[in-house]
Amino acid sequence: MADTTTGQSPGAVRTSEIQDAYMAMTRTKRMYGGIMLVIFIALMVSGFMLADSRNAGGFWDGILNVFNFPGEVVKEASEKLTLLPALMVKFFPSLIETINIAAASTLVGGLIAIVLSLLSTRGLARYPRLIGLFRRMMDIMRAVPEIVIALVLIFVLGGGPVPAMIAIAFHTAGALGKLFSEVNENASLKPLEGLESTGATWAQRMMLGVVPQVAPNWLSYALLRFEINIRASAILGFVGSGGIGYDLKNAFSWGQGRYDEVAAIFILLFLTIVFFDQLSSHYRNKLVGKV
Amino acid sequence: MTATADTMPVTDLKQAATALIARKRLVAFAAPAVILAYFVYLFFAFDIPGLVDRARMDNAAILVADSYSYKTHVTRDNRSGGLVFAIEGENKGTYPEGLAPEFVTRTGEEAVSIALKAGESAEIDGATLRYTRPDYGTVTVTVDGRDILLDTPDGQVPDWISASSSRVNITGAGGRAAVTRARTEVFRYSLGWELFWFTLDSPFYGKGLGELAGLALSGERVVPEKSNVAAMVHDFWNNPMWRHKDVIWAIFETVLMAFLGTMGAALVALPLAFLAARNFTRLMSIRFAVRRFFDFVRGVDGLIWTIILSRAFGPGPMTGALAILITDTGSFGKMFSEALENVDDKQIEGVASTGAKPMQRYRFGVIPQVTPVFLSQILYYLESNTRSATVIGAITGGGIGLLLTQAIITQKDWEEVSYYIVLVILMVIAMDWFSGWLRGRLIGRNEAH
Repeated sequence: MADTTTGQSPGAVRTSEIQDAYMAMTRTKRMYGGIMLVIFIALMVSGFMLADSRNAGGFWDGILNVFNFPGEVVKEASEKLTLLPALMVKFFPSLIETINIAAASTLVGGLIAIVLSLLSTRGLARYPRLIGLFRRMMDIMRAVPEIVIALVLIFVLGGGPVPAMIAIAFHTAGALGKLFSEVNENASLKPLEGLESTGATWAQRMMLGVVPQVAPNWLSYALLRFEINIRASAILGFVGSGGIGYDLKNAFSWGQGRYDEVAAIFILLFLTIVFFDQLSSHYRNKLVGKV
Repeated sequence: MTATADTMPVTDLKQAATALIARKRLVAFAAPAVILAYFVYLFFAFDIPGLVDRARMDNAAILVADSYSYKTHVTRDNRSGGLVFAIEGENKGTYPEGLAPEFVTRTGEEAVSIALKAGESAEIDGATLRYTRPDYGTVTVTVDGRDILLDTPDGQVPDWISASSSRVNITGAGGRAAVTRARTEVFRYSLGWELFWFTLDSPFYGKGLGELAGLALSGERVVPEKSNVAAMVHDFWNNPMWRHKDVIWAIFETVLMAFLGTMGAALVALPLAFLAARNFTRLMSIRFAVRRFFDFVRGVDGLIWTIILSRAFGPGPMTGALAILITDTGSFGKMFSEALENVDDKQIEGVASTGAKPMQRYRFGVIPQVTPVFLSQILYYLESNTRSATVIGAITGGGIGLLLTQAIITQKDWEEVSYYIVLVILMVIAMDWFSGWLRGRLIGRNEAH
């Protein structure tokens, strides 16, 4: 390597120039990388310290107590081990309600998302001028956290599964709408032209021309969303609408003496989430093939 | 077509095609039918008929009206006397002595006349309230010891007045009044979010934009200790009604939770993902253990982690950040290890052929391939976790989620609720935009989607 730079031929001079330029570029790149790293570490450390100082209990005290509560739950549950199956049966209806909330909101949200996505895809839209409007609409629907709508609706409609369902469906419509419209963009327009030549209306063109092309991908996204929505519906139960989350909150705020119930709900929730996680990933792989 | 027809008897082909079409037709009708049946089941499972009874549309009306308007209470204490004017009836919104809203005219020591909207007016004169509607006349309500006397022009009680021996409510088109033995109150609704910028005790209250700009530029100090701009910022920042300082801190805490949680999860998941990837860990048992760990952490779910952690760490942003960190360690671990299994071996072989050691092979053969995938996943989660942090904050008690639940539970500050909702949406959109921008900068716009 070294002897090529000492050579006097013009080619060697060029090589050394290129080498110098390359090394300079690498150095700047490394420097930028180093600066980014330093900024990132500084952000993480200061963020950690700030969060620690604004937390009620400090990090270092808390980390020693992390296993206290699970320990208590496990201890009490193991003492009443024989009662657990009965408790699981007792809470099963609420679990069904939680799953129903997730399924209904995925269905409703998915149907709205289909319409919104078709209206906001270039080439398919019914009103091409309004594409931007529908996209912004989906952006806002996506940005609203479920809990905001759920809490407001609980005030108006009272507790129960409906506020949670509407809240999750609203968010789902925005989130799925965006993914669906990305799928739609890859759909071939030829079947549409064929259908248009026969005088098909917009709805017919979409039903017969687009939906068969994109349905597997839509379904795959909807399944993934269903899994996410089960988690969301359990959380919303905790803040006041029905389902297993509500039972968990009751058992949890009762405290010691009802930790067997807490344990039963934990187990039910865990099994449900793992079950639907596996189910949805199995069918997603079948639908779109292993990525 | 002809090629298959040659190898297959025509009748079989026809049968197969008919069967296929029949099956497709069945699916086309069955799928909507199943969905419909499910909705019918839900209709009863969710008790929709009962919901119609339970729904409190009056609550909805209050909520909507309150979110864009405010009411000023004019209150006369019927036991000890004295008149008070307060915005939303709150202590912090009470007009100081000698100051009154512009629609109130003092007519005596214990007497005011209040101009309401829609041509209506009310007069409080000691223990007597006179409420005048242009198309009806004047209703007089008098508190006399233990009795409340109602006097209407025609002697009848119209449907917009509800009267009992202990309380009279008048709901007009431009205002409301309530009389009890303890106090006489008149409410006047006005548009807008009053006191959003400055509260009544601030010297800048009620000044227009031009006036404020003039004050900001002039050297004459309204508050002796501070320059005008500093005093304005101070009064706005410490506004006791809207609590801008706390709200901004809460938003910041929420973003902080999302940031610490996401980045922490990525840092923890990265080394573990190598252990879970088939092409990097030959030992089946380690791979299996790490993968089950990811599945477990994901399966336990953010809700349960949040509950467990809030017991140990108490309410605050640290708890939320750790809950996000733990849950997402599972998700990141799974996705990272899948990405690592899909790396192209050719690049690694190329690096290895130059005599690179294992660490160098990872550094130059693997990392450049997976960085864009990892970064885009992390940034996507950063945005989605901002939303999760709002929810987790509501459960553990930290950030904007806490403020939101508190404001909703009190059931009266709906203008604050709508303010928080707007801020939350803006926060999420800003994070969405920011993560998209960062992704564009770091891995190029073409790969961002």
